[in-house]
Amino acid sequence: MRFMLLFSRQGKLRLQKWYVPLGDQEKRRLGRELVQTILGRKAKMCSFLEWRDLKVVYKRYASLYFCCAIEEQDNELITLEVIHRYVELLDKYFGSVCELDIIFNFEKAYFILDEFLLGGEAQETSKKSVLKAIEQADQLQENIDFQMRLFPVAGRHSQKASSELVSQSELVSQSELVSQSELCLPVLVLVLNQGLDGVLVPNMASESSGLFQN
Amino acid sequence: MPAVSKGDGMRGLAVFISDIRNCKSKEAEIKRINKELANIRSKFKGDKALDGYSKKKYVCKLLFIFLLGHDIDFGHMEAVNLLSSNKYTEKQIGYLFISVLVNSNSDLIRLINNGIKNDLASRNPTHMNLSLHCIANVGSREMAEAFAADIPRILVAGDTMDSVKQSAALCLLRLNRTSPDLVPMGEWTARVVHLLNDQHLGVVTSATSLITTLAQKSPDDFKTSVSLAIARLSRIVTSASIDLQDYTYYFVAAPWLSVKLLRLLQCYPPPEDGALRGRLTECLETILNKAQEPPKSKKVQHSNAKNAVLFEAIALIIHHDSEPTLLVRACNQLGQFLQHRETNLRYLALESMCTLASSEFSHEAVKTHIETVINALKTERDVSVRQRAVDLLYAMCDRSNAKQIVAEMLSYLETADYSIREEIVLKVAVLAEKYAVDYTWYVDTILNLIRVAGDQVSEEVWYRVIQIVINRDDVQGYAAKTVFEALQAPACHENLVKVGGYILGEFGNLIAGDSRSSPLVQFKLLHSKFHLCSVPTRALLLSAYIKFINLFPEVKATIQEVLRSDSQLRNADVELQQRAVEYLRLSTIASTDILATVLEEMPPFPERESSILAKLKTRKGPGNQPGAEEARQERERERERSLNGSAEHKEGGAAAAAKTSLYPSADLLGPTGPPPSTGGSLLVDVFSDSLQAGPAPLDLAPPNTAVSEDNFSRFICKNNGVLFENQLLQIGLKSEYRQNLGRIYVFFGNKTSTQFLDFSSTVNCPDLLKTNILQPPRPAAQC
Repeated sequence: MRFMLLFSRQGKLRLQKWYVPLGDQEKRRLGRELVQTILGRKAKMCSFLEWRDLKVVYKRYASLYFCCAIEEQDNELITLEVIHRYVELLDKYFGSVCELDIIFNFEKAYFILDEFLLGGEAQETSKKSVLKAIEQADQLQENIDFQMRLFPVAGRHSQKASSELVSQSELVSQSELVSQSELCLPVLVLVLNQGLDGVLVPNMASESSGLFQN
Repeated sequence: MPAVSKGDGMRGLAVFISDIRNCKSKEAEIKRINKELANIRSKFKGDKALDGYSKKKYVCKLLFIFLLGHDIDFGHMEAVNLLSSNKYTEKQIGYLFISVLVNSNSDLIRLINNGIKNDLASRNPTHMNLSLHCIANVGSREMAEAFAADIPRILVAGDTMDSVKQSAALCLLRLNRTSPDLVPMGEWTARVVHLLNDQHLGVVTSATSLITTLAQKSPDDFKTSVSLAIARLSRIVTSASIDLQDYTYYFVAAPWLSVKLLRLLQCYPPPEDGALRGRLTECLETILNKAQEPPKSKKVQHSNAKNAVLFEAIALIIHHDSEPTLLVRACNQLGQFLQHRETNLRYLALESMCTLASSEFSHEAVKTHIETVINALKTERDVSVRQRAVDLLYAMCDRSNAKQIVAEMLSYLETADYSIREEIVLKVAVLAEKYAVDYTWYVDTILNLIRVAGDQVSEEVWYRVIQIVINRDDVQGYAAKTVFEALQAPACHENLVKVGGYILGEFGNLIAGDSRSSPLVQFKLLHSKFHLCSVPTRALLLSAYIKFINLFPEVKATIQEVLRSDSQLRNADVELQQRAVEYLRLSTIASTDILATVLEEMPPFPERESSILAKLKTRKGPGNQPGAEEARQERERERERSLNGSAEHKEGGAAAAAKTSLYPSADLLGPTGPPPSTGGSLLVDVFSDSLQAGPAPLDLAPPNTAVSEDNFSRFICKNNGVLFENQLLQIGLKSEYRQNLGRIYVFFGNKTSTQFLDFSSTVNCPDLLKTNILQPPRPAAQC
């Protein structure tokens, strides 16, 4: 695979993963052109097209287009399934994923992608294994935080050669951790209110709809 | 529902993102971003050392801004700090930043590489994975230099965890793609092949991809993988769906792994071992059989996965091209897909059939589907599917169905998309020429092409039709007649005028007997289009007029009137003016004999590979050969060039053999043969001019060192040309003169396919000339 792009119906890039070395300008240009080409296609058209000297495979999930550019000899149908598997992974991780998740947690989307695809090829095709790896990594972080909270001084020493000071916010992160869900809600409510005030936030409805719903 | 991020939710980041999203306009967005950038900049420069969390947050914000499309030029140092941290999330963000914003600052690269090295050596699998991911994502040359030797070791070490092995395998794959020379083959290759037998299917998947790429670089090292791959594949294909547990995808057993194994097998020819080959055939037959079974699930994912394996298996069958039964079965399967409900499958079937059509075993089977394909061409709504149908028609064309296919393609051309027209034009031209039994049909087809898609008919196409008409006597009259009739249409394309002008100029006499196409009528017809045409076409028409003067003395006066008019003689374009003046003069002063010799009918063109085919292969703009038009202009200019002063040529003994391998074989219309030497493009033109210029073929002198006197005398009028030629050797001369100074180059061309040895050339200077030679002759570069 050469690259993968995720973009909204308005053409905004939500995620871009490049598996070939290209300059920044080049990447932007390619991305723009491909996005325009795909957005110009009608609904019932085939999922594959030839573009430049590449094959492009794309599929739309709710408001997001997932688009991969593969090489001449790659198998198109299996790439479609790569896309689907990635959406499944996101879905399982975020719980009924929608575009907003990918916007606000873009770094997680990249991490999940890295666990699944590397160097343009699928490395682990078992959904459970990928999710387990990600959860393990998350656990690692929670354990460290937990340790830090329980043993703030000892924790500092038990960390190997870390030159950063543990800030106050870390020590009170217990409340943060516990009330994760509440943390996100205020942000969401903020945005929602603005929408309700009559200011047009055009993507709201589509972006919060689950990717699997259509 | 935006989910809980397990781990640190960076609140500041979320707020920033929603701020950006709420910006009403682009300017507001930029303002907000700049504000944030200033904030981050000051924080980074600040006295207080930032804690890990804040650093992480800011670096993440920078990343977000970059991904929005703005440029970021700072933050790398902080990211490098992050990745050296021990906290996993900080490391993650640090690595992500580095992977996305690649920086070529060498100090930073050193630091990054150090960080990665530490992580690789840390024996902590999560950290190792992170660093391997980063190397795979960036894959720069510096990283390859630093790590390409270590990664194979990690890959085959016994105590490496499975997840790390996977990452290492694909990381090596990426490094091999970007810097293949830095990945050395070693004793680890055998161990990598052995990974195909690993229990963990993820490891097998990654290893298969790696081996596929490496096998293309050095196939011998990985030959043993073929048998292992076949064994694995047959185990998968015959397994029950519960065996593979989580690797079963919607009731299809390990589709990704199967596809990869099949890809790997395509790197090698069919196995020689009979048992192995039998097993593989069995495997492929099972896959083909499964395609016929009723589907186990209604979901599209199931059918996609199943068909992905099927298509890859068909690709393997085509690649091996050795089992007729399998090929025919594959063809039938694809034939079924041609009429499937799903567009994707129709598209893929058309594409696969294209490759099938070229195999001798299945060519006939493919042809049976011609009606379906033609139907697809007419009824498909998706332009990419129609395009595949055109490709397939082109591939399956042979003598029996050529006329039908060309007719269909022509009618499709009338409604085709502009972007694909040129390709279709080229294809029709190639097909028409290849399968023409009756060349009148060929001429008709090309003229139709010009009529339907004149703009997309490139020069190669109509050069070719002229070339063929000139070479074949039987079709010349027909061509003249058809072209004449076509020109009478009220609005005809300029290319048609070009073709018509040329053909009537050469062969107008063949139809002049008929009163409807008498010379005067022909001339009037051509001249009526004259003012509508561009300059090159007009130049061509002027040449046609002078040919008319030669062919039909009765219209001489009329044509001379036209040539004499101010619009020609004082035309703003130099070429047209020159032609008008010269042709007018030629027609007045030359006697009929001289005129007849000068304007003799074009000799047949030498047979070369069609340049249209070459163009079709590249599909990237016109070829860069001197076209027939320019070459003809060169010729005519040389004929009428005034005497250039005598050129002194005294050539010493020609050498016996030549070491240089200049190939002066550029032809008029075809692509050059073996590549010309450096600095030789001008040279090549020179030789081709002289090769085709003279009306008589060059004398092949006996292979001795004497040089024919005739060849010398030609150089009174010409600066460049061939001095001597025989089966082995061609000697050419090029000279340039300025006032009282002159320079001569002598070129030795090797006409055989073997290299000559012991070449030497000497120049003997008789006393008379010695005083005149300013620089002693020296051998030029060998090329």
